[in-house]
Amino acid sequence: MSATMETIEAMERPPVTMSSRLDGELLEVSMGPQHPSTHGVFRMNVALEGEIVRKLKPVFGYLHRNHEQIGEHTSYLGSMPYTDRLDYFCSMTNNWAYALSVEKLAGIEVPERAEYLRVILAELTRLQNHASLLGFLLSDMGAWGTPLMYAFREREKILDLFESLSGSRMMCDYMRFGGCRVDASDEWLAVAKKIVDPFPKFLDEFEELILQNEIVIARTQNVGKLSLELAISAGITGPMLRACGVNYDIRKVDGYGIYPRFKFRVPLGEHGDTYDRLMMRALEMRESVEILKQALPQIPPGPIVNPKVKLRAFRPPVGEAYGRIEAPKGELGFYLISDGGPNPYRYRVRPPSFINLTVLEDMCLGHTVADVMVILGSVDIVMGEVDR
Amino acid sequence: MEPIEQIRVRAETAVPGAKIDIVPNPGPANQLSLLIDSAHATDVARFLRDDTALRLDFCSNVTGVDWLDRTVKRTSKVKRVVDGEEKEVDESAEEKIPGYLEAVYHLYSMAHKHGPVVIRMRTTDRGDDARLPSLTPVWRSAEFQEREIFDLYGVHFDSHPDLRRILMWDEFVDHPMRKDYVPPDDFEWEPTPHDEVLARAKQHYTPRPQLDGAEKITTQPQS
Repeated sequence: MSATMETIEAMERPPVTMSSRLDGELLEVSMGPQHPSTHGVFRMNVALEGEIVRKLKPVFGYLHRNHEQIGEHTSYLGSMPYTDRLDYFCSMTNNWAYALSVEKLAGIEVPERAEYLRVILAELTRLQNHASLLGFLLSDMGAWGTPLMYAFREREKILDLFESLSGSRMMCDYMRFGGCRVDASDEWLAVAKKIVDPFPKFLDEFEELILQNEIVIARTQNVGKLSLELAISAGITGPMLRACGVNYDIRKVDGYGIYPRFKFRVPLGEHGDTYDRLMMRALEMRESVEILKQALPQIPPGPIVNPKVKLRAFRPPVGEAYGRIEAPKGELGFYLISDGGPNPYRYRVRPPSFINLTVLEDMCLGHTVADVMVILGSVDIVMGEVDR
Repeated sequence: MEPIEQIRVRAETAVPGAKIDIVPNPGPANQLSLLIDSAHATDVARFLRDDTALRLDFCSNVTGVDWLDRTVKRTSKVKRVVDGEEKEVDESAEEKIPGYLEAVYHLYSMAHKHGPVVIRMRTTDRGDDARLPSLTPVWRSAEFQEREIFDLYGVHFDSHPDLRRILMWDEFVDHPMRKDYVPPDDFEWEPTPHDEVLARAKQHYTPRPQLDGAEKITTQPQS
């Protein structure tokens, strides 16, 4: 044993210095798919020069199950619970986007109470998605656990609300074509109000603790800058687009549902860097709270589903429709073609986080490996949606 | 936003030689689309993006559609002489439409906040070498989505910067979103081998050799 150790020690080795070994040579590293900061099974093939990223190619498909083909082989209603599994953080908004597209395809009206419920649930979804994103992002930066648990405490309250309404915390399957599945009681609305009212306090605390933190600022400001022109050309949507300063919020632009009735502002960034993307989430949560504070007292009594819509043997007329909403991660759209049958002829999901990854390479070039994790975290991806 | 007929006329005048048709949409959504010929598609797309009134700078959704061969029955009134009298008779004719693959683009404008304008391109056939021009140089957002169409539908996009499979693995041969796709049945290992599945899978394999060395192992203790 000792003899071998001696021979190893006696072996002559070339001197290793970073400059002589890596200068001008690119080292290809496969980051993921099992890396914890890739938020699932996402892989990046990165070419590194020292620690600097010179090339980055995302690799998809580890969670691919051809969601679209399954959607084409099942009935319109049958796809509704499956949309929960796309972006499993935001099943309510997935449901809404799908219901909205089918309603466009078949020309279905939605009763007013159902529209209010949809707005309330979508904004609650936005709150819990953004809160947990901030937690995850800080976790990526090395603030292990504590900020994430802090955010999850708030998220848990909202998930409890979802559970008491729909029966499930995350896989809600709540919306139906022309309305919602179950009605919310007055007690539920009172509890929702109790959760929403103190939410700004959590935001104040969270922002003070974390967003003004010196380390967070050093790790995020001027990291992963995205120019306005590239963001528009690459079809970036959601908070990531608005961080570049583009005033484009589908809640305002399309005014779908009953969003034109509510007063809220669209926060905009200036630099398009990771810090702006982070702040965008914090500011959007405040606006969501504003919407909720208006919607919760206003909700009128009435039916929650359009009685004319047949749930069983639902066959929309021949035609096609593209419907989209402002999901927490960006523009979530469904493109449906009906041939008059019980299944859609074409069922397409436009996943926001998949398309937001188009510019991942552009944002990461010239930054270090450690920054790649932070930049990826600020894109806000969910692999259930990216790979479908 | 201006009516789609006007967009069609303006685009045809702006791009000489371009042939654009309006594809009807009978459903209540009333989203009509422009069918653009492949030869002038890039120029038409540039016109749609750069025109000051349209400014469709945001290409939101790009997707493929597979249309199989189909026959359409058309009834038309034909004047014919029946028993010495001229009458209008319904005549039904069957028209065979050969199948094609389609790429559909949903365009919006972030500058003017209007949309959608839907444009489509069609391949000539559903063969293995179905080709369309890539619109990634015009809208970067088409990059991954066109790769997805190539992967799942098998449409080759000319002048795409990086046309590779995206969701399926590189060694995969077929295009799973095509309507006539048959899933493979040569499963390596079936976790719950139902009789029918097992019988299908067995056709792909040579039977295992009976002698694999295991027969030499005995339970007898060695002395």
